[in-house]
Amino acid sequence: MYRYDEFDHTLVTERVHQFRDQVERRLSGELTEDQFKPLRLMNGLYLQLHAYMLRVAVPYGTLSSTQMRKLAYIARRYDKGYGHFTTRQNIQFNWPKLEETPDILAELAEVEMHAIQTSGNCIRNTTSDQFAGAAADEIEDPRVYCEIIRQWSTLHPEFTFLPRKFKIAVTGADHDRAAVRVHDIGLQMCRNEAGEVGFEVIVGGGLGRTPVIGQTIREFLPKQHLLSYLEAILRVYNQLGRRDNLYKARIKILVRSEGIENFKRLVEEEWSHIKDSALQLPEDEIARIETYFAPPRYECLDDTVREFEVKRFEDRDFASWVRTNVTAHKEPGYAVATISLKPTGKPPGDASAWQMDAIADLAESYSFSEIRVTHEQNLVLPNVKKADLYALWQSLRDVELATPNAGLLSDMIACPGLDYCNLANARSIPVAQRISERFSDLERQHDIGSLKIKISGCINACGHHHVGHIGLLGVDKKGEEFYQITLGGSADENTAIGKIVGPAFSYDDVVDAVEKIVDTYLNIRSEDEEFSDTFRRVGLTPFKETLYAAH
Amino acid sequence: MSVQILTANRLGDGAVVYRAKAGGWTERLGESLVLATPEDAAPVLAAAETPQASLEIVGPYLMPVDNSGGQIRPVETREFIRAQGPSVQFGNGHEVENTPLSLAG
Ligand code: HEM
Ligand code: SF4
Repeated sequence: MYRYDEFDHTLVTERVHQFRDQVERRLSGELTEDQFKPLRLMNGLYLQLHAYMLRVAVPYGTLSSTQMRKLAYIARRYDKGYGHFTTRQNIQFNWPKLEETPDILAELAEVEMHAIQTSGNCIRNTTSDQFAGAAADEIEDPRVYCEIIRQWSTLHPEFTFLPRKFKIAVTGADHDRAAVRVHDIGLQMCRNEAGEVGFEVIVGGGLGRTPVIGQTIREFLPKQHLLSYLEAILRVYNQLGRRDNLYKARIKILVRSEGIENFKRLVEEEWSHIKDSALQLPEDEIARIETYFAPPRYECLDDTVREFEVKRFEDRDFASWVRTNVTAHKEPGYAVATISLKPTGKPPGDASAWQMDAIADLAESYSFSEIRVTHEQNLVLPNVKKADLYALWQSLRDVELATPNAGLLSDMIACPGLDYCNLANARSIPVAQRISERFSDLERQHDIGSLKIKISGCINACGHHHVGHIGLLGVDKKGEEFYQITLGGSADENTAIGKIVGPAFSYDDVVDAVEKIVDTYLNIRSEDEEFSDTFRRVGLTPFKETLYAAH
Repeated sequence: MSVQILTANRLGDGAVVYRAKAGGWTERLGESLVLATPEDAAPVLAAAETPQASLEIVGPYLMPVDNSGGQIRPVETREFIRAQGPSVQFGNGHEVENTPLSLAG
């Protein structure tokens, strides 16, 4: 796994000292809140409804057991005993005290973690496929390039004051688990006709107030040009992106107003000046970073594991967990296990300190001490021997982490919403909880099949509602919480923005509305048709009819 | 124009606080100083916006309340949640120091 180099270590430690000093000066009155706010945000510290919130970066969603134990310790010692895993593969603590935050940052630095660039108009944590390095369907491990991007973008002097925040995602597999088409820049690894591996570069995607699907600016970018091309895109954006209007400042707006052809021309023009500069990535540099992500020492195993197959027949609960939560691994005899953070009726993405400790232990026993955070707010053990899956599942059950619902209806994304967030119109978490209770019958969920519900408490879309098969957006109607429903969104390689089905539903009625949508789908689906395929076939009309029939 | 109270977050831990009838800041909504008119409210808000006040609190603002029947109640959902804490159990409900609260009304 990647280890910080000297440079990172010095930098992070210096930042902790600086921030300790800044906090002291704020508490003594030397700094006003207006002066202090940008400083705390640069260190990932927000002020929410009831408390401060600290956002800690988990680069490309990869965590070690040691780091997970540290997060558990912080949750217990400095917070209320839990943490919240987010759609940006980060973790947020919801109750840190201002004067203790420098201590938390110092604790994090001990395990090579920090909160730098988790806020502000800079290049944020680069996200990736949670199955990176393990997935059977992958061309190459995308984290190598996430790390190269991380090193290039960390405190990049030219790009610390962009017109707006900037998010990059990289995927190494054809099946897009990193939502690359709704990021400012998405990188999809691919092969050209000669069989060489490079990137399809997608630009100008994003959610928020104006959801836009990214467009391909380059079909194939050779690896060695990755940084110079990114730099060219960012330079054009930095020069031409709008700084006069917060809502028009993201690159998606610039790409749209220029048109992709013109934008591409500007980028390629800029690129022609820097293409052969020091930003070129030499083979040996790529190889050096690759060694950080060298595969663990897999045993040479048969892919068919008898005791595993037998257990699947003997134990139906285990079989149902395997069906949803276990994914094919590229190494024979191994599997990828998803740990659902969506137990029925609980807040999506929350994990208590003792669960984090348990996961750290299990990763140590069964997954080469490696853990991943997914953008769907779950955790993953990427390298589990099939022969160990049954024991792993039993241990997960003991800590209430074996819910067999990955990819099913109750595997929802929900933003913090009005329970925590200062910007919210409506609550998200209790809506998710009520939906998951309504559909608590897991057999019913298995029958419904793959269905993604995503909930945001306001138009900022932190809960990705635009790309949910069913999206719920909290709106304020005369002081009451209402929810606008969109259908047919998708975040994978068939990215689509959901369509508004009709007038919004009240807090009390929204769960019934979701159930009606699901029932309508069950009535009209043809055999084995997933929700999104049915929607593509029939459109909004049948859903509108059942939802608004009685009105 | 409904009556108002003054609220903010405490500097040290971000907790929700209200300007207290007895002076200073309180975590209890019921102890707030009720400001009947905009003329009453303006100087109280101004005093909370001074550098001196910023040693204790962040982001002061006036919020409408309903004090009919002698009890102070928030008017907006957001303020109910600020007053009572998150309406959900958190941390999967284990080993955490909160009691989930239901929204009044
Ligand atoms: C609780 C404090 C939070 C605040 C104040 C906040 C604020 C915002 C704002 C203002 C935007 C819109 C930015 C824009 O469109 O330019 C945004 C977008 C976003 N946030 Fe948050 N957010 C919060 C929590 C979260 C959490 C917990 C997650 C992950 C679960 C998250 C993930 C995202 C994502 C994925 C976007 C969409 C990015 C895009 O527009 O392409 N945020 N957030
Ligand atoms: S979508 Fe809105 S309510 Fe939800 S976390 Fe983002 S800013 Fe807050």
